[in-house]
Amino acid sequence: MTTSEKKQLMATACKVRMGVIKGTHAAKAGHPGGSLSAADLVTYLYFREMRVDPQNPKWEDRDRFVLSKGHTVPGLYAALAQRGFFPEEDLLTLRQIGSHLQGHPNMNLTPGIDMSTGSLGQGVSVAAGMALAARHQGKSCRVYTLLGDGEIQEGEVWEALMFAHHYKLDNLCVIIDNNGLQIDGAVADVMSPYPIPDKLRAFGFEVAEIDGHDFDQMETAFAKARATHGVPFAIVMKTTKGKGVSFMENQAGWHGKAPNDEEYEIAMKELSAQLAEVEGM
Amino acid sequence: MADVKKIATRDSYGNALKELGAKYEDLVVFDADLAGATKTGVFKKAFPGRHFDCGIAEGNMMAVAAGAAAMGLVLFASTFAMFAAGRAFEQVRNSIGYPHLNVKIGATHGGISVGEDGASHQCCEDFALMRSIPGMVVMSPSDDVEARAMVEAAYKYVGPVYMRFGRAGVPVFHNEETFSFEIGKGEVLQDGTDVAVIANGLMVAEAMEAGKALSEAGISARIINMATIKPLDEELVLKAARECGKVITCEEHNILGGLGEAVCGLLSEKCPTPVRRIGVNDEFGHSGPAGALLKQFGLSAEHIVSVARELCGK
Repeated sequence: MTTSEKKQLMATACKVRMGVIKGTHAAKAGHPGGSLSAADLVTYLYFREMRVDPQNPKWEDRDRFVLSKGHTVPGLYAALAQRGFFPEEDLLTLRQIGSHLQGHPNMNLTPGIDMSTGSLGQGVSVAAGMALAARHQGKSCRVYTLLGDGEIQEGEVWEALMFAHHYKLDNLCVIIDNNGLQIDGAVADVMSPYPIPDKLRAFGFEVAEIDGHDFDQMETAFAKARATHGVPFAIVMKTTKGKGVSFMENQAGWHGKAPNDEEYEIAMKELSAQLAEVEGM
Repeated sequence: MADVKKIATRDSYGNALKELGAKYEDLVVFDADLAGATKTGVFKKAFPGRHFDCGIAEGNMMAVAAGAAAMGLVLFASTFAMFAAGRAFEQVRNSIGYPHLNVKIGATHGGISVGEDGASHQCCEDFALMRSIPGMVVMSPSDDVEARAMVEAAYKYVGPVYMRFGRAGVPVFHNEETFSFEIGKGEVLQDGTDVAVIANGLMVAEAMEAGKALSEAGISARIINMATIKPLDEELVLKAARECGKVITCEEHNILGGLGEAVCGLLSEKCPTPVRRIGVNDEFGHSGPAGALLKQFGLSAEHIVSVARELCGK
């Protein structure tokens, strides 16, 4: 990745974060914390990794993305809008009656959404089914899915991982957003899923551990995922919940709460400053 | 019907899958470690590359099926009714029903005719659970001919379908040469004017037997096979209610939430009519041979006759 490509990704991620703040502020609801922790990842997926076509969102041979942690869809919507799947101003209709931007993803309403999710644990199973079907159909497309670290407390996740390994789904890439926080507090205190990479390895996955806010590390990990054959691949990324907005960072309270007007102004000011800094690099 | 050939509709399911598998390449089957019992093993033997065992993880199987369907395959996902509609309810609701994906749930071992395994495996709640999901087609065939035709209709229909098949052999009374099946259409098997008996699954054969006995007792019963519980053939039910004035529903299911309630719901709004619901009376089953259990729970021609006589005052 060239410096200018990286700079472009960083600028886009800033805009995705702004989209999260705009959407949740307008909706007076939603999940900014986990959307911000995954903002760099969804940016990387839609602007560098995945083969998609905003002009033809249902293109049969596209790569698929299943947001298993469906509540963080404000970040995905913002990335899709940036990528041109729908107008950016739609983000202001998030969660409103008549909007195609539902509180959790709906594949039949929003261009670019590959699966309806929201009930934790199911998306990873769906992604495994897509990967199995793609191979069965002789398609070369890849399937990506993003889970929360709290989400992996759901037993179904491990059923899906067992399935993915059993059927050698090397076209599947499972990404875990390890921001360390869930609604009731630290994942380590609520119901520890640790050590996550060891558990994934025990389930037969090839695992990369990265900083989820570092595009170079993402590039290396995704290249390794594509080069891995015979077993499924997992990326465990350490992230900061609320990343990019100072008062939201590492605060479990910002899991499912929208910024008020004052908080909105502060957040947008901080993100604008970050964007200006990136653009001035 | 002692001399009539009996076939369990789960066998019909497996045989139908095998037949359709030869015709349709996009048909893929999932099972959850029960391929021998659900009879998807018959398909597996013929098309091993299109049968995937998901192990004992029914919730995952349903969501995996949703993902495969989203890629354009036509999925038949099978396990016992208890686990398909019960354990995996939320995966069926959120990953298949809500996105309206093209998954066909082939649930075998429905009802108390599961027999010896007892209450833990005798699912009498599946119609209720599956009916409550918007857009879900819910069906239960009466015999081998209808079951096989139903599986093909389900394949051709685009959208989620729940089909319940039985473990026990049931008499084959439909004529394969003349029979045709349409989702959402009931079938009048015997005309009558005093009382309408609306049944599905293995209760259809019982209702037909009851119809003959009632004729001998001077009661003209209209016997209707209502294989599709949802969408209900409202026109046929309303016509029967208007022309017969009395209705009896028969199903191997809790009287709560199934065919009986679907019929009552319709009639109470559009044509208030006295109804008697024959089914499992909101209780759990227990172990025993299927035939004896069905008699004990009143799922028999004899019981239909006595309820009809009481309702008709004869």
